[in-house]
Amino acid sequence: MNIFQVACKNLLRRKTRTLFTIAGIMLSAWVLVTLLGFNRGYEQSLNENIEGMGFQIVLTAKGCPYEAATLMLKGGTGLRYMPEALVRDVAGREAVAAATEMLMHAEFDPNKGENGGTTVYLGIDPQTYPAMKPYLQFNQGGWFSADSAVEIVLGYEAAELEQREAGDMMLLPGSEQEFRVAGVLKRTGTQDDGMIFLPLKLAQNIFNKTGRLTMLGLRLKQEADQSVFEEELYSLPDVQVVSMAQVKNTILSLVASAKVIVLSIAFIAFLIALFGVLNTILMSVFERFQEIGILKSIGALPKDIFLMVLSETALLCALGSLAGIILAYLFSGLSEMAVRYFLPFAPNGRLIILDWPTTALAFLSITLAGIAGGVYPSLRAAAVRPLDSIRSVD
Amino acid sequence: MAFIEAKNLTKIYTRGAEEIRALDKASFTVERGEIIAVTGASGSGKTTLVNVLGCLDNPASGSLTIDGRTIFEDGVNLSETALTKIRRGIFGYVFQKFFLLPTLTVKENILLPAVFQPGLRANTARLAEVLRLLGLEKRIQHLPGQLSGGEMQRTALARALINNPAVLIADEPTGSLDSKRSAEIKNLLLELNQKQKLAIILVTHNPELAAIGHKKLELKDGSIHNG
Ligand SMILES: Nc1ncnc2c1ncn2[C@@H]1O[C@H](COP(=O)(O)OP(=O)(O)OP(=O)(O)O)[C@@H](O)[C@H]1O
Ligand SMILES: [Mg+2]
Repeated sequence: MNIFQVACKNLLRRKTRTLFTIAGIMLSAWVLVTLLGFNRGYEQSLNENIEGMGFQIVLTAKGCPYEAATLMLKGGTGLRYMPEALVRDVAGREAVAAATEMLMHAEFDPNKGENGGTTVYLGIDPQTYPAMKPYLQFNQGGWFSADSAVEIVLGYEAAELEQREAGDMMLLPGSEQEFRVAGVLKRTGTQDDGMIFLPLKLAQNIFNKTGRLTMLGLRLKQEADQSVFEEELYSLPDVQVVSMAQVKNTILSLVASAKVIVLSIAFIAFLIALFGVLNTILMSVFERFQEIGILKSIGALPKDIFLMVLSETALLCALGSLAGIILAYLFSGLSEMAVRYFLPFAPNGRLIILDWPTTALAFLSITLAGIAGGVYPSLRAAAVRPLDSIRSVD
Repeated sequence: MAFIEAKNLTKIYTRGAEEIRALDKASFTVERGEIIAVTGASGSGKTTLVNVLGCLDNPASGSLTIDGRTIFEDGVNLSETALTKIRRGIFGYVFQKFFLLPTLTVKENILLPAVFQPGLRANTARLAEVLRLLGLEKRIQHLPGQLSGGEMQRTALARALINNPAVLIADEPTGSLDSKRSAEIKNLLLELNQKQKLAIILVTHNPELAAIGHKKLELKDGSIHNG
């Protein structure tokens, strides 16, 4: 037997109390690990979402900037249009490496889902759009066979929803013609998944938007200064410049305050659990004054007793945080659903990313904090004199 | 020079304005292998005496030397760690209460001192010897709650002896045992004294048990009345 084993047996003596203390630590560890995972996951998904757009700058008709952001990322209603001449002018500027014109159209479909839903169509330029998003991959088929082909490409989710495969025919609202499904995209985790793509000219035609554009996606030349170019665009009337970097920062700062609140709650939960441990250990030390005195009379040095009680604390915290980490992994899906529900904006993709450095950090910080908290009870125990025990029975 | 020499040991407790001389200028010696019976009325200072002698408590004044080493004296103030090391090397203790750890088996309780004194760990021969001396071989896997009072005290004795001490301090070791068990413990102490050359400081109210002492210290109001 060694001191550590004696400590284990001490903990086993009051099983219920030990369990409750461990449960307290477990819950706070769960919250902490989940939140740390969220901290990472949210930012990463947001980055991937925005990178997934393939553009550095998007030009839209004037509107509220947040609406513009939402519109791009979520696909939505309240669309406005830009004059074609202006778009051509911007696309032709010196700093622009590539530009692609788009027409977004949202149509309410009463037969979609249980209560109906909005289907978002994106008219794209078959020449430039695929080139700007070379990373888009197909599950089936490919892009349109010709610039003016009566064809559509379905996003992954759109295909599932419409129950269509490449080669199938499909009717679009506002058109008598049947469209052939040229391809179905692989899942991207972005808004593209829910989208139905069709050639721009065709879209302008069937949605009665001849000559109109909702968006212009831009990629700049390597040597171009993005902020200078953005300044240039700001002076244009009636257009809204949305820089992806800005969108990201706006969203991140929106979420930042939520994160601070949530992290402080986690911290408080952790403190409460820590005091629970302290209380348990201190109580068990007071209960065992006599026993500790006897241990000292049979040869335990103050440092032995100190170590024994500190190991008890460390063991409680380590077990608790281990259990909490397991819970965090088991229920990360559930936590993600909850987070998605409460957040102002949640990107697609995983919101909570648990990796071992984060987990190890949480484990270590909880255990170390527990050990730090255990120092005082351990010192109290180490200071017990053998006499205290012998006398206390008289 | 005697193995243990105590000179004018004095211990004073204050209870409010009242001053209690629990020990009053007690002087005596203990030789190796000697049994000393400490007797006296309740409150006469027996426990105080053996606690100071066993380095569990410190006197207000007076001196104590053990095996030539000064433990207490004016101007000498050993640390808790130093005292613990002396206790480990010289003494074993049993009390009226057995103070066994309820979650540990008999064997684990007996080996408890080895947890803190790694040097003792390897000595399995000593464990076997102690178990045999105290007749506990068949009880090693029992928990204290499953033992009789006599067996519990024998377990406590075994724990006190595992480090092969020179002096056993026994403060009313039969205080919570019936007469049959008490006689059993008495015989054990005698046997230990003879076979192991163990010095025993024996506090007892029981005249039969006190009779095994080679020497008697009779306390009255903290001072020794014979010596
Ligand atoms: N911690 C203390 N504080 C105050 N007085 C004490 C303390 N410990 C002991 N005393 C007093 O010192 C005196 C001697 O006590 P001690 O325990 O040594 O007596 P004892 O001979 O062992 O008695 P008993 O036979 O009842 O065990 C008693 O009057 C007791 O009340
Ligand atoms: Mg007493």
